[in-house]
Amino acid sequence: MRKCSLNAVNEVFAEIAKAAKLYLPVDQADGSAAFKEWENGVTWSSALNTVKSPKDLFFPQTEDLMAFKTEGKSIEVIDTRREVEDFVVFGVRACDVKSFEILDRVFIKEPVDSYYASKREKGVIVALACTKPSETCFCTAFGICAEEPCGDVSAWKTEDALYFRANTEKGEALMKRLEALTEECGEDAVNAQKEKTAQIMKKLPLAKLDTGAFGGGKTEQLFNAPEWDELSSACLGCGTCTFVCPTCQCYDIKDFNTGNGVIRYRCWDSCMYSEFTKMAHGNNRLTQKERFRQRFMHKLVYYPENNDGLFSCVGCGRCLAKCPISMNIVKVMKKLGGKDSE
Amino acid sequence: MQKIMREQLIEKAASLLNNGTVTAVLGWGKGEFDYDVTPAVFKTEEELKAGFVWNDFCGANFSKYLVKKTDRLEGKLLVFLKPCDTYSFNQLLTEHRFDREKVYAIGVPCNGMADIAKIKAVSGEGISAVDTNGEKIAVTTIYDDAPVMIDPADVLAERCINCKSKKHVAYDELLGEEGDVIDSARFDEVARLEAMSADERFAFWQNELSRCIRCNACRDACPACTCEKCVFDNPASGVENKSPANSFEEQLFHVIRAYHVAGRCTDCGECSRVCPQNIPLHLLNRKFIKDINEFYGEYQAGETVGSRAPLVNYTTEDIEPGEVFDRRDK
Ligand code: SF4
Ligand code: SF4
Ligand code: SF4
Ligand code: SF4
Repeated sequence: MRKCSLNAVNEVFAEIAKAAKLYLPVDQADGSAAFKEWENGVTWSSALNTVKSPKDLFFPQTEDLMAFKTEGKSIEVIDTRREVEDFVVFGVRACDVKSFEILDRVFIKEPVDSYYASKREKGVIVALACTKPSETCFCTAFGICAEEPCGDVSAWKTEDALYFRANTEKGEALMKRLEALTEECGEDAVNAQKEKTAQIMKKLPLAKLDTGAFGGGKTEQLFNAPEWDELSSACLGCGTCTFVCPTCQCYDIKDFNTGNGVIRYRCWDSCMYSEFTKMAHGNNRLTQKERFRQRFMHKLVYYPENNDGLFSCVGCGRCLAKCPISMNIVKVMKKLGGKDSE
Repeated sequence: MQKIMREQLIEKAASLLNNGTVTAVLGWGKGEFDYDVTPAVFKTEEELKAGFVWNDFCGANFSKYLVKKTDRLEGKLLVFLKPCDTYSFNQLLTEHRFDREKVYAIGVPCNGMADIAKIKAVSGEGISAVDTNGEKIAVTTIYDDAPVMIDPADVLAERCINCKSKKHVAYDELLGEEGDVIDSARFDEVARLEAMSADERFAFWQNELSRCIRCNACRDACPACTCEKCVFDNPASGVENKSPANSFEEQLFHVIRAYHVAGRCTDCGECSRVCPQNIPLHLLNRKFIKDINEFYGEYQAGETVGSRAPLVNYTTEDIEPGEVFDRRDK
């Protein structure tokens, strides 16, 4: 384990930024935080979490895939991909770190999504342990340890110092670059903090949320549950929940007509949208109830069914904080799971 | 703290359910944390007692829900409306968006709603309870045994700081005392933007809108946005898009939406309330309202049912486009 004084973080950031683009949470004018590129003068936010998750850096909300240029009767196909350069994402919470495992299982499986895979290959994740979780946090329900985040490097911030532990080769390479700015140290301060956070996690209002009623094989039991009517009744179908979610992975591929060609790009899509399942024969999800059900069935039943029981929610709480009508996965779990979930 | 108590509303709703005046009640449903209230339909007295809430977090404007909730409904739906909600209610009636006969509207006085983000800025994260029943809002967090006491005036939602009316313009029955239309300072911020140079103003909006994630919450919560199919959702429209493809597209969506609701927007503030990125969308619409007031005389959308907005009502006294153009630098 290595550490540096909190007064020296900007030097650490500068050192990282010499060799790779560095992204970290930064406060925005409206008071919320967002992952932004670090440059001299940019201050690291102390916010618990960002509105949009760091997923955006690996699977951007819009991304050009290829382009076509027409001239007379010929069409030129243009490869718009750029060589991805090394980059570092600093300050990723344990829940968001876990979200990459969920996304990897979708994108880095045959056929591999090279757009995503190349960024995962080049990106280094420095995870940051939580010390002051919010009432909306329920990562523990999915076995995530907020005080001991994974990632290429794990980091802990105490009153006066920043502690680092490399977990992977990429992480070790990063720490090697920071050797002159950090010093070898014991683990006492970090252990004390972990213990403190673990105690706080137990006091969170959603600490006892239980996933027992969900998982693979539960489709028949849950799909036709009468509760979906009431749960989905006020849903606006806005898709805020899907766009702030670190694990939502659906996208659409669209052609943008430039006048003398086409830019083919992909953009996040949402199962909450009316056109989401539109196909040549029509649309098989005609009501908001069906769309709403899809989002939660996917996270709590279908995904685990196809991925060794892994749920595709990490309990980050973003959808709890941001849904305009305050409907969310926790309310769904408590309603459908009955007493067992509370 | 609200003047009307939750129990009064439940009693009223239960009596109307029990005597058959209404078959269902549209109200605010209890959440996980005292502040995360969800619009919900209640059908029995038991359901009301178990889940109906009325507190400083009942911001959601129910008027738009009436379009869908009264469709194919047997009997009448009881809806509770705050003063600002009644303007949207009238505007939707003007646009024939729901059947008035299917609704029993009760006006409830409102002391203003609290903004949970402002509360958290004072109390911090980790809220375990929020009590808005006293003079002060008491916020308890898991980090401290003693509650943080907050003056409700310090955490009022933006739209409530600039509340334009405590008067209900529509109801079948009113609970409590009627209020007045208020002289609000709601155009001050618009005037500040108008005073900027065009470049400054462009930079202001570009900066604000750059945070937009195109979740469409602003549109979906807006009572003036009730088109069966929004152009932005229609693949055949040519402008359908699920993400801001670039900064131009980002602005296009908001500018078109602002134009489409111009003259119909009642300034209820739902757009800014629901935006996950805290974009001050209401300022776009308020600019239109201010201009309409200045060009055509005072006009408040939703003040009455059936009024013709100046923008869709030609008169020979109408301002000439040239005059508007000449004012652009003033
Ligand atoms: S659950 Fe909430 S955030 Fe998600 S689509 Fe429905 S209203 Fe929007
Ligand atoms: S469903 Fe909600 S809590 Fe779960 S990962 Fe997505 S945003 Fe976070
Ligand atoms: S959900 Fe867990 S890991 Fe994520 S921010 Fe909250 S406490 Fe930290
Ligand atoms: S609610 Fe906010 S983030 Fe969502 S589309 Fe509207 S302005 Fe953009």
